[in-house]
Amino acid sequence: MRRLVLFIIAFIAWFLLVWPFDTLTNHLRWQSVIAGLVVALLTTIIFGEVRPRVPRQGIIKRCLWAICYLPVLFWYCLLANLDVVYRVLHPEMPIKPGIVKVKTSLSTASAITALCNSITLTPGTLTVDLTEDGYLYIHWINVRATDIEKASRIIVSRFERILRRIFE
Amino acid sequence: MSEIVGMVIIAIGVVFDFFGCVGLVRFPDIYNRLQAATKCVTLGTCFILLGALITCGSAPTATKAALCAIFILLTSPTAAHALARGAHLSGVKLWEKSVVDKYEDDKKH
Repeated sequence: MRRLVLFIIAFIAWFLLVWPFDTLTNHLRWQSVIAGLVVALLTTIIFGEVRPRVPRQGIIKRCLWAICYLPVLFWYCLLANLDVVYRVLHPEMPIKPGIVKVKTSLSTASAITALCNSITLTPGTLTVDLTEDGYLYIHWINVRATDIEKASRIIVSRFERILRRIFE
Repeated sequence: MSEIVGMVIIAIGVVFDFFGCVGLVRFPDIYNRLQAATKCVTLGTCFILLGALITCGSAPTATKAALCAIFILLTSPTAAHALARGAHLSGVKLWEKSVVDKYEDDKKH
């Protein structure tokens, strides 16, 4: 069942990306459709085993929180870009890089994945690695705190609250 | 009208991409370069795709642009993470003026 859903999603994504209609003659290009079927099948075979645990209850509330999360992420993404532009254009290049360790209290795999991606897109931070027990290693372009609690408060806490409402 | 808006957004995207490339040249080590490359190029390319979405009239092209933007947003941080981790595990050193490297400290134990 799960594999069937994955197959259909993969095929729809392929269909939208390739769009195998000839707009002049209104013919469907069968080669593209067959290639899409093959690719979707391969995707299903390779990634069918991956089972993210998605909580069932409160799906509407989670979607609403996810929609609220997007502008927050976009805002931090924009700030991150202006931050990079500032550091790149400044003649003395004000960087103070280092790899710090932070602790996250999120537990599910999908929540931690979203957290890592958000951290990478936000000002001055890049996720390098994570451990099984919830520690993340973050490359920080301008290290402001090296101990775990303080760095966690600066880097992680701004996303944790909203991500917990979406994924946990 | 939509053409002008689209062009302005594409121009903003190109400017961000440009600064990302300048960062790629100026920053001292692979990790800092990844920071510049990931952030600027992700947002810059998303802006370019958004501009293309607004400029073009046809639905298929707009759908493609939107899908590409979503895939870039999802995959580029993951790729940066994989590159940084791979570089560190294969022994690429941080810049000599770096302040701290907790990852290296923890690997030794």
